[in-house]
Amino acid sequence: MLRVDALQAIYPELQDRIVVTIMGAVAAELHTLGHQPTFFYLEHAMGLASSMGLGIALAMPQHKVIVLDGDGSLLMNLGALSTLARYRPGNLLHLVFDNESLLSVGGFPTATATGTDLAGVARACGIPSVEEANTPDRLKDVVAAALAGDTLTTIVAKVEAVGPTSFHMDLPLLENRFQFKRALEALRQRQE
Amino acid sequence: MPVSIANSQLIYDALKACGVTLISALPETWLVHLIRMAEEDPKVTLVRIAKEEEAVGISAGAHLAGVNSALLMQNHGFLAAINPIVSLAQLYKIPLVMLISYRGSMGERDPWQTQGGMVTEPLLRALGIPTWSLTDPRDVERRLKDAQTLAHAALAPVAVLLTRELMWEE
Repeated sequence: MLRVDALQAIYPELQDRIVVTIMGAVAAELHTLGHQPTFFYLEHAMGLASSMGLGIALAMPQHKVIVLDGDGSLLMNLGALSTLARYRPGNLLHLVFDNESLLSVGGFPTATATGTDLAGVARACGIPSVEEANTPDRLKDVVAAALAGDTLTTIVAKVEAVGPTSFHMDLPLLENRFQFKRALEALRQRQE
Repeated sequence: MPVSIANSQLIYDALKACGVTLISALPETWLVHLIRMAEEDPKVTLVRIAKEEEAVGISAGAHLAGVNSALLMQNHGFLAAINPIVSLAQLYKIPLVMLISYRGSMGERDPWQTQGGMVTEPLLRALGIPTWSLTDPRDVERRLKDAQTLAHAALAPVAVLLTRELMWEE
């Protein structure tokens, strides 16, 4: 599965929701599909998208939060899975695109290329719902099911190690940051 | 364990007076009472983390979602979190209120704490992180409030060092 096809398949589920994505190919592809003010692209601090998602999910329990993670990022912060499992916010969906590669720095293989099973790690950490999806249709179904439910879910989606030719996004990171905070504030106020 | 319960309570009350409703923590001896107070407080969400880097992400998320948070960590946890402090909090102009137990400084008997103690303040200065030391119980409420005020005005991390004089009763 190509990640860009996977993102396209689930974009209708993402576009009106709070999304935190890691840097690199995922960010660029999501941005190209259509930026929304509720999308935050973490352009550095590898590994912390899941922790940011946890912070938002705990702060806004009435809203669904979707984290788009990657194998390289998650491997840098595996402890975060145990923390997610400990607090298991039912409004958080953690989607990991596993391309077995550190694509944005030259495609070096990660440990998932040599057998590390992130879905298995997530289960062993105690994530209450762990799914795997290797086709866009399957991914669309498990994402829709997770968002319809109220159970913390990690989905591991194996994707090919290919990305866009450029990771450039016409969105300065501070503009994204302030826009995102305003958008979340608007969501909170609509709730009240 | 001669960690000061009274001064821990002062610090906790000061955090509450700052409107803090989310606290992340990694257990450490000097922080045990603060962590227990957060755990027993139904109005505060305590997030027990596996490593301090996570706390920077959690607080960044909480801030963007409109919630005031604080980070409880040992100074060695601050050392562990330097990359996200720089490449998330400072890069993205995220306020952080970091309460750091200042191990390995004057009076320290544990040899393993001393190296981290000696580099803590030089590193805070190198990173340009405004820092208050808490030594006198009478300063606690004012200095924590002022630290949070600056963090939010500057949109930057600030550090509050919890010293032996305040935390440890010999």
